[in-house]
Amino acid sequence: MRQSEEDRNKLGGHPSQESYLADGTTVMSWLNTRDHKRIGVMFLVAVTFFFFVGGVFALALRLKLLYPGPFLYDALTYNRLFTLHGVTMIFLFMIPAIPSAFGNFVLPLMVGARDVAFPRLNLASFYIYLTGAALAIWGMVHGGADTGWTFYTPYSTTTPTMVFPLLLAVFVLGFSSILTGINFIVTTHTLRAPGITWMRLPLFVWSIYGTSIIQVLATPVIGLTVLLVALERVLGFGIFDPARGGDPVLFQHFFWFYSHPAVYIMVLPAMAVISECVATFSRKNPFGYKAIAYSSLGIAFVGFFTWGHHLFVAGQSVFDNGAFGVLSMFVGIFTAVKVFNWIGTMYRGAISFKTPFAYICGFLFFLVFGGMTGVALATVALDVHWHDTYFIVAHFHFIMVGATIMAFLAGLHYWFPKMFGRTYHEGWGLVAASLIILGFNATFIPQFLLGNNGMPRRYYQYPDHFQALNVASTAGATLLGFGFLIIFIYLVIALRWGPRCEQNPWRSKGFEWLTPSPPPTHNFDQIPHITQAPHDYRTHAPSGVYADV
Amino acid sequence: MSEAAALPGEHPAHGADPHLAHHFASLDRQVDASRLGMWLFLCTEVLLFAGLFVGYSVYRFSFPAAFAASSQASETWAGTVNTLVLITSSLTVALAIHFVRAGSQRAAVICLFITLFFALAFLGIKAIEYTAHFHEHQLPGHYYRFEGVRLPGAPMYWALYFLMTGLHALHVLIGMSVLGIITWRTAHGYYSPHYYVGIELAGLYWHLVDLIWIFLFPLLYLI
Repeated sequence: MRQSEEDRNKLGGHPSQESYLADGTTVMSWLNTRDHKRIGVMFLVAVTFFFFVGGVFALALRLKLLYPGPFLYDALTYNRLFTLHGVTMIFLFMIPAIPSAFGNFVLPLMVGARDVAFPRLNLASFYIYLTGAALAIWGMVHGGADTGWTFYTPYSTTTPTMVFPLLLAVFVLGFSSILTGINFIVTTHTLRAPGITWMRLPLFVWSIYGTSIIQVLATPVIGLTVLLVALERVLGFGIFDPARGGDPVLFQHFFWFYSHPAVYIMVLPAMAVISECVATFSRKNPFGYKAIAYSSLGIAFVGFFTWGHHLFVAGQSVFDNGAFGVLSMFVGIFTAVKVFNWIGTMYRGAISFKTPFAYICGFLFFLVFGGMTGVALATVALDVHWHDTYFIVAHFHFIMVGATIMAFLAGLHYWFPKMFGRTYHEGWGLVAASLIILGFNATFIPQFLLGNNGMPRRYYQYPDHFQALNVASTAGATLLGFGFLIIFIYLVIALRWGPRCEQNPWRSKGFEWLTPSPPPTHNFDQIPHITQAPHDYRTHAPSGVYADV
Repeated sequence: MSEAAALPGEHPAHGADPHLAHHFASLDRQVDASRLGMWLFLCTEVLLFAGLFVGYSVYRFSFPAAFAASSQASETWAGTVNTLVLITSSLTVALAIHFVRAGSQRAAVICLFITLFFALAFLGIKAIEYTAHFHEHQLPGHYYRFEGVRLPGAPMYWALYFLMTGLHALHVLIGMSVLGIITWRTAHGYYSPHYYVGIELAGLYWHLVDLIWIFLFPLLYLI
């Protein structure tokens, strides 16, 4: 507390401008804003809503799976539910969650900018997201599709269910993702405050930069792919139809050329949040800053050459299988570099075990466990055994969902005071974190076992002897649901009645804390001149000074 | 991409130039940002078309005879004329940038109008071509009834032909709308020798549209 008082005094006293929350309180002042902070908050609300929707689908699935035979609803409904669960969670929640919500809010603050490079495109990105979401909802209320979120042909071109609006939704949402990516890359290049060299860029920005590269380069391909499937449904061009000389495996190549890098669109931002939180809550300089920074780019790069590991049993050549298997393992190396550096950051740090730190622990467990099963899955022979079983489901829920949600929640708690200037109840925060981490393990560890025993994914019914593990998984999912409910309740309470906090309640030396919390509309009264690397805890001096530039 | 805004208590240089957005320190920086943004957007366009080029390669490899015969049966004269039309329009748009930098806005506007005219000519020729293909039933999938080429894979050629040229034509239309706005702005003195990034970005986009056609032309008409 004392240090942040000092910070404030050295950094030009109290803010002269109102907080961005007070700058216009009408609905239009939000809907028509160009402020990256407000757009970030609107994204946060939207993705939270779709997380809730996707979660309801998940719980509905788990309820059915309590019983081996038909139960609650029929097989077609089951197929629709898992499709909608996947589409909602991936395209409407996980891809935009961290970059569009937190990235929008803190990235310009971290680079010392007053806004992103293209504020109008940023707002457009939000409305394009809403358009995509509306299309997806249109598809959902008309019954939804039963193809799975992967839309594999030829089934997706022939099923009578409502695939078309969902394909269109994915196409439209891609534009939102691309615009956000372009904005972040250009902001990082052109709007850094004086003194922020590339080697002083916060690790969050490095990781988001890597994410943006993937968003810009991979997303157009999924756009084209879903467009081809949509056209095939309407006009019957036969591009992916074997009866007309088309090749359904080509669809799989196209699809995974985006959708595998998309996994890193989800997990790189998670790593971004964790890199910031680890340094703050260990009160120590990031260990191996350059290694963490470059490994983000490494993951972004290698991520483009691993898509073939989804096609090990799709008739790919043995050589391709081997090559894609080895390339996939490279991702493990870059990820391990990060994990060891985070642990190196914690080592002999002054750890304060606050709620975000609890999520860091959960994140590391899910990332390492999910990552190790990922390396195993990249081995062709093992993948043949596990392909399309619950083992895969458990694996990607650990690495992609578990890690991303842990980081999302860590970021939500870490930046909550920054965004709203209030603090939440720490005790309930820790209770919810333990429930969620416990619930997540209870949900998905049984699924690893089920998959290894041969239970295939996406099946409505299963043999009786799998029931015990399925019940355990459903029980875990319930726990998970309760955890999220608790978070929702105490954060809403905190938003309204939470005690107001000072500028820098965590005493973090991340650059985003150099402005008041919540920040004024234009972020800085004066653009700060940065004099240190981010998270330099060796000195008590503030990381930057305000100076005329 | 410029935000007109003059905020109280801003940097002294702000407010001087109406093109400068509040969050940029200088106009040069802002122009750099716009250019970088456009180049990144062009990357996404390249990858959008890349999918179709990959599809073309795959099916060309599967059906070499049908693809060769079908591309022989396409309207080579139209493709050739269109290639010339588009390359010339790229020249005129480049000249427009040159003239606005040299301060002669009138010449720039004329060049932009010529570009728009060429774009329209391109679409016109394309429409004539499409009409011929429809009459000959050179169409994708099960709509294919062309008697000239009865090889398996020929419908796939036409599927790709219509997808690739159709997506390209859509880009020509988008490019025309962008150029239309730019022409209007140039005519109304929005740009000056010190600030002409809008024409530059529209020009970049137009060059990309041209460049994609230069790859489509040999693939669909010559080989």
